[in-house]
Amino acid sequence: MILKEYTVTSTDGIHARPATKLVKLAREYRSVISLKKGDKQVRLNSMLNVLTAGIKGGDTITIIVEGEDEEAASAAIDQFLAEELKNH
Amino acid sequence: MIEGIGASHGIAIGHAYVRVKNHSKEATVAKTDDAEGEIQKFRHAVNRSIDEVESLIRKSRMTMTDEERDILEMQVEMLSDPQLHADVVALINNENSTAQAAVSTVCDQLIVLLGELDSDYLRGRASDVRACSEQIIRNIRGESLSLTDIPAGSVLVADDITPLEALSLDLTNVSGIVTRFGGRTSHTAILARARNIPAVVGCGDGLSIILQGEMLIADGSEGHVCARPSDETMQAFVMRRRAFDQERKELLSQTTGVAKTIDGREVRLQANISGPQDMSDALALGATGVGLFRTELLFMSHGNFPTEDEQFGYYRKVVEEANGHPVTIRTLDIGGDKPLPYFDLPREENPFLGYRAIRISLREPDRFLEQLRAILRASAYGKVRIMFPMIVGLQELRQCKSLLHEARHQLLSQGVAFDAQMPVGVMIETPAAAIMADRLAREVEFFSIGTNDLCQYTLAVDRGNKIVTSLYEPLHPSMLRLIGNIIDQAALHKIDVSVCGELAGDPRATLLLIGMGLGSFSMSASSIPVVKRAIIQGTHMRALQIASDVLDMNDTDQINEYLTEEALNRNI
Repeated sequence: MILKEYTVTSTDGIHARPATKLVKLAREYRSVISLKKGDKQVRLNSMLNVLTAGIKGGDTITIIVEGEDEEAASAAIDQFLAEELKNH
Repeated sequence: MIEGIGASHGIAIGHAYVRVKNHSKEATVAKTDDAEGEIQKFRHAVNRSIDEVESLIRKSRMTMTDEERDILEMQVEMLSDPQLHADVVALINNENSTAQAAVSTVCDQLIVLLGELDSDYLRGRASDVRACSEQIIRNIRGESLSLTDIPAGSVLVADDITPLEALSLDLTNVSGIVTRFGGRTSHTAILARARNIPAVVGCGDGLSIILQGEMLIADGSEGHVCARPSDETMQAFVMRRRAFDQERKELLSQTTGVAKTIDGREVRLQANISGPQDMSDALALGATGVGLFRTELLFMSHGNFPTEDEQFGYYRKVVEEANGHPVTIRTLDIGGDKPLPYFDLPREENPFLGYRAIRISLREPDRFLEQLRAILRASAYGKVRIMFPMIVGLQELRQCKSLLHEARHQLLSQGVAFDAQMPVGVMIETPAAAIMADRLAREVEFFSIGTNDLCQYTLAVDRGNKIVTSLYEPLHPSMLRLIGNIIDQAALHKIDVSVCGELAGDPRATLLLIGMGLGSFSMSASSIPVVKRAIIQGTHMRALQIASDVLDMNDTDQINEYLTEEALNRNI
């Protein structure tokens, strides 16, 4: 299992379009990928899950990846969040 | 008087057409003993819903704005969301809910959840979920999308208008829209503005007092709704509507001609095309000429270099179809990301910094002369301007002009007709050319600013490279300084200047560029109507203010935010 924390930098959080991209990326892997904000944890296979997590600028989120290809999945998500959303 | 949010300017007076939603409270607790059947119904309704949206996207591909397409594509994503499906199926299986009840329950929970969030943007998504829910339920009930029995001149009163409805419904009988939900950036608002229908959104429960068929006034400029108006109020609003409609009519009558700001600043809007096949669209959408005729397609679609005669025939066709409007032909711009199958370009480490465009033409003077002669010959059939791509300085420009001179002599000696006054210009798409604009301006008749390459070279960002594509920002302050310098130098030397990159087709940037002194834009034909709208609803005064504000800003986020807010305020 890989856990990584990110701080969301864009003021409006994660919009529907990038959320869709993120979800599509997560679906490419066999690992179970979840997003955790505070005590709320959701599967990262649904744009609605990402939206209803209510992420906004400044929030810290944790991405949890578990499965056979977790390293590759975690790296891909890492790259996506860092580059597309400028979050670290 | 009911208070709402003015979302699309204008005043509508008419009988209320209250659209009642069918799914009553009972439906949300309805039970079934055929869970499997209900799940099938649900899946079928979802597929049908996705089909509806996708076929609308396909059908309206030409007329839809990017924004509208994004909205619809997001709806497809939402309709197929796995979490939504899992929750609905679970509810049907575990609670024996009917498909309709399950969809309604799951979506209502999502709407509540989103509505409680601490972000305007996310709260706004509640209306997307509502649209999604309504669409699936309508398809579960086997109803089609229609507002056919609505009487002419009605003011539509509804909870919300979904994007699918707004884009596919025939709204010709609707004179105004009043909704319970939504804000200035909701889809109803965007679509009402696009169709010039006055709209008041976000009126809340106040709307429940409106009765079917009673007289209603909707003031989309001020955000008021007035039910059962007194004679006095009625008269006042009839007068205001007349004044507003008159004003708008004057504005819209200009869309067929020159685009002009309210205070009379004329702006020329031209099209970027790749060949004669693009001309009819360009003219139909209001282009007054071609600001950029890319000749690459002609070369790419041939198995070998097209002959001078073939090129001439192609250029001439465009020039003749332009109906007397000017056509700016750009000489071959291959290399970089545009290979030519039959022309052996070397493999390069950095193709964008390598052998491309004018650099190739100048190394292949015989080929270049063929193209120059073909363009000159076409100039006998209309107003042609010639333009050279990827110029970095005077030396290249002079080489081009000397070859053009040679081509003219060759034609003269053969007694072939051409326009001896054909204007010569350069693309300004390298920082070098932008910086040298003062010198270049003395030796050409026009500049055309290619913002795509200029941005890529100025910010050192390959826009095709996913890792850095977010750094590609055409409104970066450095870009605006360069563009400002180019426009200023062109004005100083009294030569024509236009922008032909994608920035020209972004309505948010229209007034900014006008404020910076730009009087000519060239863009893909489909962008012309929306840019024209931005012009005829703006003033030159405001444009100057925008330019002065924006040029003072230090970062692109601030600029983007300012321009987006400005676009909203001006109803575009």
